[in-house]
Amino acid sequence: MSTERKDHAALSDIFNKDEARVDWHDETLWFVRAKRDKAAHNIPEWENLRETASQIKNNVLSDLHNYLVEFETHATNNGVTVHWAADAAEHNQIVHSILQKHKVDRLIKSKSMLTEECHLNEYLHKNGIDVIDTDLGERIVQLAKEPPSHIVLPCIHKKKEEIGELFHEHLGTPEGMADPQFLTAAAREHLRETFLTRRAAITGVNFAVAETGEFVVCTNEGNADMGAHLADVHIACMGIEKIIPKRKNLGVFLRLLTRSATGQPITTYSSHFKKPRPGQEMHIVLVDNGRTTQLSRPDFRNSLKCIRCAACMNTCPVYRRSGGHSYHTAVAGPIGSILAPNLDMREYADLPFASTLCGSCSNVCPVKINIHEQLYKWRQVIVKEGYADPKKKLAMKAMEFTLSSPFVYKNAGKAGRWFMKYAPFTVNNKLNLWYQQREMPAVPKESFGEWYKKNKKND
Amino acid sequence: MTVGLFIPCYIDQFYPNAAIATLNLLSKLGITVKYPVNQTCCGQPMANSGFEHLTQGCNDLFIDNFDEFDYIVSPSGSCVLHIKDHLHSATAEDKALGIRKKVYELTEFLTDVLKVEKLEARFPHKVGMHQSCHGQRGLMLAQMTELVDKPYSKPLQLLKMVEGLELVELSRADECCGFGGTFCVAEEAVSVKMGKDRIADHINHGAEYITASDMSCLMHMEGILRRQNSEVKVLHIAEILNAE
Repeated sequence: MSTERKDHAALSDIFNKDEARVDWHDETLWFVRAKRDKAAHNIPEWENLRETASQIKNNVLSDLHNYLVEFETHATNNGVTVHWAADAAEHNQIVHSILQKHKVDRLIKSKSMLTEECHLNEYLHKNGIDVIDTDLGERIVQLAKEPPSHIVLPCIHKKKEEIGELFHEHLGTPEGMADPQFLTAAAREHLRETFLTRRAAITGVNFAVAETGEFVVCTNEGNADMGAHLADVHIACMGIEKIIPKRKNLGVFLRLLTRSATGQPITTYSSHFKKPRPGQEMHIVLVDNGRTTQLSRPDFRNSLKCIRCAACMNTCPVYRRSGGHSYHTAVAGPIGSILAPNLDMREYADLPFASTLCGSCSNVCPVKINIHEQLYKWRQVIVKEGYADPKKKLAMKAMEFTLSSPFVYKNAGKAGRWFMKYAPFTVNNKLNLWYQQREMPAVPKESFGEWYKKNKKND
Repeated sequence: MTVGLFIPCYIDQFYPNAAIATLNLLSKLGITVKYPVNQTCCGQPMANSGFEHLTQGCNDLFIDNFDEFDYIVSPSGSCVLHIKDHLHSATAEDKALGIRKKVYELTEFLTDVLKVEKLEARFPHKVGMHQSCHGQRGLMLAQMTELVDKPYSKPLQLLKMVEGLELVELSRADECCGFGGTFCVAEEAVSVKMGKDRIADHINHGAEYITASDMSCLMHMEGILRRQNSEVKVLHIAEILNAE
């Protein structure tokens, strides 16, 4: 855990100071989870679809190299320029160099979690390039100078009144105006001008088809299409795990993606990009940034199956009550908590512990990633690699000593109920965190062991 | 058939009545039950905190205590799941594996092994059933709301045999209570908020009692209920199934 940065528990503590807001956040996301349930239950073969998607991704991960080369070959033949980036820095440099070549200093971007992961906006800004996010939610957090708190619903943590204030300040909407329809129209008006005047557009990629070299971008707002179609240069940035073998596999993934994400049967736009139109340049940047490292970890490789639907966030009882920013990483929630330690184990040592291991995330995952089991496994890795709190280590050693010996356990139990001090739920209890908002369990006059000895031992 | 009674450490220390009810219930059903007196803990608190490598002492002790029985039964889905998933031995892995296959949570033992069809129990109260996550999603004691599959519930099947008991419906049938082992102090704010929300669901639907197949969830919710001076009580499912 970083010393200068607050960890998940500390950030959640701040988020929970306003309980009414936590309730609102929880209900808002639970509503999305409920919509997902309804959509899933309308598909009798839902579990079969999930299993199929999971198996297709297994196939991809076990032959990723060849699929990527196949994709590159086809994309190149289609007239697309393919770039390879080992990490975030290289990705950012590649994008920058393309923009420099075209002397572009302003561009538009539709939603891409990869560019968030690589902190592309900050990088380009430092290099004098102005980026405007065109996804409405992304635009809102951009105006607020905040990172997205959710990978599908970037400004889900903002109330409409707060968005109204932002728009009043930045877009000149009337003060106090918080009508969503009015605000959306205002954003559209403002963005329309931007779309028409920008010569370069960046999009993300949801699926890249190895057999054809095409890629698919899913949006509800059509902003990726408008950006890409109007721009002279289209740059699509993707993590290398976005590959699927065949176009027909989309019949599985497109059915799962939006039902899992928002409960819609499909995104409004599922746009296929294959080749640049005459006079246009199209680039694809394939980014590793830790993915091959994750692929080499047998316990964690299948986290790369993720299709970024965010169902695990919407269902996570912790996420709903701690907010996306409490995860201090681009991809928050349960999936973020198993991806982030791969990138920086020290910085994200807290995240695998930000879970009760309830398992709901694994159950909603459309590609059946065993998220909660990986959270457990990351905990073991983080402790073994030495990133655990030393106080916790001492407490665990004391626990090991006591629980490994029936004699010590019984006497410790008797001695004023050792458990009051060292029980699982009161470890690290310098200030007795249990007691701040909960009563301690009443202490019975005897333990079950003592009762048994008196009453049953000789039965 | 001889059953070894596995009583989780915190039940032994804080909730002996849940253990006594489990023992009496099984005895009432004609089962010979033995409680190995040298048992301590399954090791889960350490393992879930990332210290699974410190659990060998607990594992060895567990194997010594329980290897001899036909079945091992425990009134805790969470501790049973830990044994099922993580019990290992450096010297007797076959014994560890054997135990992992014959350890049962109480309600699944009643429905799946004993195939209990009726109970001599009476509990004339409104009861909310909290589905503890490890029992439900780990041991699959009940269908999970996330999955598209037929509904079933082993604990509810048993509660329905109790005379006078009225089950209350919940808005969120299987949301976690927020206990989560060391999570409950490491992430105190979220843990308590989750507990408060769970309790509110039960209270809003008129529950007089909240029951579960895991006492740890109930301990957490009881702590909040008592802080709120609520009249609502918690009771382990064994105590209801054994109530007269």
